[in-house]
Amino acid sequence: MCLGIPGQIVALDPQHAALATVEVAGVRRAVNIACIVDDEHPPASTLGEWVLVHVGFAMSRIDAGEAALTLALLTELGEAQAEIVAMQQSGPMQ
Amino acid sequence: MKYVDEFRDGERAAILEREIRALAPRLPRPPGRALQIMEVCGGHTHAIFRYGIEAMLPPELELVHGPGCPVCVLPMGRIDDCVAIAERPEVIFTTFGDAMRVPGSRKSLLQAKGDGADVRMVYSPLDALALARANPEREIVFFALGFETTTPSTALTVLQAEADGIANFSLFCNHITIVPTLRAILEGGDVNIDGFIGPGHVSMVIGTTPYDFIASAYRKPVVVAGFEPLDVLHSIYLLLRQLVEGRCEVENQYARVVPNAGNRTAMAAVERVFETREFFEWRGLGSIDGSGLRMRDAYAAFDAERKFAVPGLRVVDPAACQCGEVLTGAIKPWQCGIFGTACTPEAPLGALMVSSEGACAAYYRYGGVPAAAGARG
Amino acid sequence: MNGVAVHEASRRLGTIHVPSVTLAHGGGGKAMRDLIDDVFVRAFANDHLDVGSDQARFDLAALAQYGERLAFTTDSYVVDPIVFPGGDIGMLAVCGTVNDLAVGGATPLFLTCSVIIEEGLRVDTLRTIATSMAVAALRAGVCIVTGDTKVVERGACDKLFINTAGIGVIPAGIALDIGTVRPGDVLIVNGYLGDHGATILAARGDLAIDAPIESDCAPLGDLIAALLRAAPRTRFIRDATRGGVASVLNEIAVASGIAIEIDESETPLRAPVKGFCEILGLDPLYLANEGKIVAAVPPDQADAALDALRAHPLGYDACAIGRAWAGEAGRVTMRTTFGGTRIVDMLVGEQLPRIC
Repeated sequence: MCLGIPGQIVALDPQHAALATVEVAGVRRAVNIACIVDDEHPPASTLGEWVLVHVGFAMSRIDAGEAALTLALLTELGEAQAEIVAMQQSGPMQ
Repeated sequence: MKYVDEFRDGERAAILEREIRALAPRLPRPPGRALQIMEVCGGHTHAIFRYGIEAMLPPELELVHGPGCPVCVLPMGRIDDCVAIAERPEVIFTTFGDAMRVPGSRKSLLQAKGDGADVRMVYSPLDALALARANPEREIVFFALGFETTTPSTALTVLQAEADGIANFSLFCNHITIVPTLRAILEGGDVNIDGFIGPGHVSMVIGTTPYDFIASAYRKPVVVAGFEPLDVLHSIYLLLRQLVEGRCEVENQYARVVPNAGNRTAMAAVERVFETREFFEWRGLGSIDGSGLRMRDAYAAFDAERKFAVPGLRVVDPAACQCGEVLTGAIKPWQCGIFGTACTPEAPLGALMVSSEGACAAYYRYGGVPAAAGARG
Repeated sequence: MNGVAVHEASRRLGTIHVPSVTLAHGGGGKAMRDLIDDVFVRAFANDHLDVGSDQARFDLAALAQYGERLAFTTDSYVVDPIVFPGGDIGMLAVCGTVNDLAVGGATPLFLTCSVIIEEGLRVDTLRTIATSMAVAALRAGVCIVTGDTKVVERGACDKLFINTAGIGVIPAGIALDIGTVRPGDVLIVNGYLGDHGATILAARGDLAIDAPIESDCAPLGDLIAALLRAAPRTRFIRDATRGGVASVLNEIAVASGIAIEIDESETPLRAPVKGFCEILGLDPLYLANEGKIVAAVPPDQADAALDALRAHPLGYDACAIGRAWAGEAGRVTMRTTFGGTRIVDMLVGEQLPRIC
């Protein structure tokens, strides 16, 4: 139920509006894109997008901004940790 | 691999490990036990074991593996029904791989295949539909199981079959829903769970608001988590922050994939094709109200339960089986009386040993291993 | 003795005139003779293949030039599909048996070839397989010297089953033994893992996945000889076929009573194999290989071993993936790229794609 993998939409199916080809590390599969298209996001707009694939269906568009934010938060945590360590190592206040 | 490798980064893992250890002394201490966090999803259980995450956590904190493995909770009686359908000569029975080994009271689907039934593994319900198109003289049945993550794909496949006028395709529906399950756990009396790692891919469909009741009514924090090890560790960190700060909210750690409002198209398709059963049987947990789905009357033509006569019998779990207690977090896998003895991956008695995502199978295979310092000479 | 000379037939070889194999071709009469001649003798032609005899015969003294002990092995090949990217069942049947000899330190010399053919198999297909076997035998430096042909009714076997038995000779001084691996020994593989297993799964078609992956099927006699010259105190070598590298590591750990820890960041995987496994939820450590060995080498010979492997075309990507240590006997663990450690257990049943 949980196994989903990020993949990139590399081709649309000329015969079926709801089908596209997704690529994961060079491996390709046909996927259904009904869940990620609507009036504001027609099939053509999905080309090149990164999506979450589960049992042959693209279930969600991956938000690059949110991904970057999550990683940045963790990097910041690391920097804060480093600062604290540096403060502790700089010795007691005179 | 993009969006995967970055979330398996060991350096960021070390940062989180340090943060979690720093928080540990400030955690509220329940009397007489460690703090327990439950992850609901089989996928999270898998990630935790596969990456050795439990060993990275301080002793004040324990992880409890919940019932979010739709393969594990398949009752034996339903498997018997599948085998009965599969044994019909006109049927091609299609299923996801991990369901093939679940034991029924006589045999599993894999054993039925060995005995001559036409059972085929598919990756997607779309492939089952393609088989129906390619084999008009046969009846193709798809074993539809899974939580809300997978239900939309089944629903959309049925809608496609309807649109294309395909009459030789049907589903054996075992879809289940997560919220009644969570409620059942929280209502279960002695609840020793202090926070939840929420199911990331179920939430991709249903959004994060369905879990609000856990925070508001039961006062337990929830963090909806992704499935890479960094997501899991990050979510644990966010839960501990909530506990230390006395907050009780539903947070979305997996915002890159999970929209808080869920996926409208997916939910609409499900709504159109399926309706809730009054009650549904779970292996090891008994019956849970409103937790199962069946096909609506309008889609009866695609319902294998109506198309084919099945035994429909309720088969009781083995007496020694303590899956229910493990599933609700009451005991740990190795505390079950038959763990590793009468019940092993080779000869599973209970649901949790059957699927590789089950807590017992995962524990048996991956174990809890402290860092093997001696190997690095 | 083991060159495959262009052979002038001492009698006229029969030819087969129909497009598909029939039960008559297994009947022992002229039709069978024609099939054997046209498909197998033509492809395998060598000095030892004397079709008129019931057995191949060798001078013991000539064999003894190669060493002191005879190595003898057999394997049956039933892979489906019988042709796949990177090879076919014939190539597998030669390389698999050659490798089973080579990992024992033997110089592979002679092979048998027994086939069970399903009625209706196209003769062209059979020819392709036989040619493939001939090419593989040439590459491996072995001769196919005797065999058997049976044809069974449709449905009694799946297209084609092949059994090959092989003999080789082990030079003096080589004593590879699975029970001799000690703490500190280095575990080495000769390249990318999981290619064959992934290729076969993808080639079966029911997963509808298009993966740019090929089988790694190859004869490893030459590679192993080079390894043993550079690292003569190598403890043990096994080819990582069914069950993958993980299974071999478990077998070694149990037999030698030691623990093994491997490093995930050192296990070489091609990107498409990784992607394929991620989509299906498979663990590449358990996928079959047909051109990969696991070698346990004493630490002071590990560098020499790696150099020798990397200098060989079938070992360019060789690397050390882990070490034996004095931990819990029989336990194999992996340090993950994430920093944690997990157990790499024995495989139970067949690995199946999952949805959880």
